[in-house]
Amino acid sequence: MSTMVVAQSPATAAPGAVLPGVRWALARDLRLALRSRAELAVQLLFYVIVVSLFPLATTPERTQLSAIGPGVLWVAALLASLLSLPRLFAADYADGTLEQIALSPYPLESLVVGKVLAHWLTTGLPIVLLAPILGLQYALDNELLVVLAAALLIGTPVLSLLGAIGAALTLGLRGGSSLLALLILPLYVPLLIFGAGAVEATRSGLGATAHLSLLGAAFLVALVGTPFAAAASVRIALD
Amino acid sequence: MAFAWSKFSSPASFYPLAGKMIPWFAWGAAILTAIGLWIGFGLAPTDFQQGEAYRIIFIHVPSAWMSMFVYLVMAFWSALYLGFNTRLSAMMAQALAPTGAVMTFIALWTGAFWGRPTWGTYWAWDARMTSELILLFLYFGVIALRAAIEDPRRADRACAVLALVGAINVPIIYYSVKWWNTLHQGASVSATEAPRMASIMLTGMLVMSLAAWFYAIAVVLARVRTIIVERERGAAWLHALPEVAQA
Amino acid sequence: MTEFFAMGGYGFYIWGAYVVAAIAVIAEILAVRSKRRATLAETRLVAPTELGE
Repeated sequence: MSTMVVAQSPATAAPGAVLPGVRWALARDLRLALRSRAELAVQLLFYVIVVSLFPLATTPERTQLSAIGPGVLWVAALLASLLSLPRLFAADYADGTLEQIALSPYPLESLVVGKVLAHWLTTGLPIVLLAPILGLQYALDNELLVVLAAALLIGTPVLSLLGAIGAALTLGLRGGSSLLALLILPLYVPLLIFGAGAVEATRSGLGATAHLSLLGAAFLVALVGTPFAAAASVRIALD
Repeated sequence: MAFAWSKFSSPASFYPLAGKMIPWFAWGAAILTAIGLWIGFGLAPTDFQQGEAYRIIFIHVPSAWMSMFVYLVMAFWSALYLGFNTRLSAMMAQALAPTGAVMTFIALWTGAFWGRPTWGTYWAWDARMTSELILLFLYFGVIALRAAIEDPRRADRACAVLALVGAINVPIIYYSVKWWNTLHQGASVSATEAPRMASIMLTGMLVMSLAAWFYAIAVVLARVRTIIVERERGAAWLHALPEVAQA
Repeated sequence: MTEFFAMGGYGFYIWGAYVVAAIAVIAEILAVRSKRRATLAETRLVAPTELGE
């Protein structure tokens, strides 16, 4: 259930303001998300369950688990992100709120950033905190867990940012969530490679600097570029 | 260029022009294919390392090049559409996607059949083939998105955005997959590496590439004509055409 | 002739590659043709309007 009841209505805000738009959307979406805490918990539980499936499907043998661990933890993060992405726009779209939000004086791009930030705080950040703990199930030692957490910390915001484009493009479509997966997963591949690769590189002694730097670069580029693509996609869906 | 390109930017004037172009490119493709295959199978010698198996490059490399080229052209038309809002640009982008997917499939299939006899495995997760696979997913994404959206205008714009986002990502995906591959294979051996090229082999490949290009143009023009008919449904000029007016 | 088809023992792979490629191309051409026919048939049933789109 979305609502327009907020502390400061966008109608009274200075037109074209960037940060206030981010703050407004962030506050609103966080408030809405925290009202359905159960939904957030379920999405996190999904992550835990998927991660637990792989040892059952392969082997409890520790060295082999350790080999696939970083990949599993990353792929599960991708899937959990996909699962939660429709939440970004779908509810607002369904009851017409999104249209009103798009008409507000805040630039749509900054509203998108605020929404994405709220999405990351409620989906990505919990994964960043949870993954190292689950990494223990895969016999990853502390150094690797730290690198894993760092890589996820930089990478999960990019998952949310890129995902916003897909979520906007598939708004209101039949079979939208499977389509979203098809559209976004190829774009996630570089993040997967560098994110899981960072842990592998640490394990093999090469050091994760290059991988983490590339992830950082991806984050900066995504931060600058995706709000425009996502806002354009929202406008396309609303027309 | 003084030529009035804008004359052909409307579906109504492009339709007959495309119709005239198709036979030239279709016949050109057929002739070039015949020449290319004759060079590839008749003139080019047996390879020292790979034996006859290398002859697959005469279909694998052209289709791989076309799969990437078609995506770039699709992104080009998408950008044109988003910039100038000309319907025909969107229709061209729509027409290109299936051909690109077919080219990508051919590249993947022929690559696998080349890999098996030369490297022992149908699928080696090497950088180029893996990137090609992801390219196939990107094509499917654009096609699926178009199929899922009923309103043609929304579909045009959504697919244009998706095509451009994909185009920006293609080099990123390629380099990240290449990185991933070299890290894991040490001295990287590309699973489908062309043999040291005797120049006749290169000629054969180039001729087949030109053939593939002509083929793609012919098929895409044919498809876009059907798209024009479909989307300009009520237009008077359309109903005046002999193929529509006759019963 | 049989030598040509055998391709030094690699016949299965070479022809497997080329034949499937040919099938894909032919399938694409046929698909475009049949879609055109179907679309033209549908269009004949629609009444023309002056405005067109």
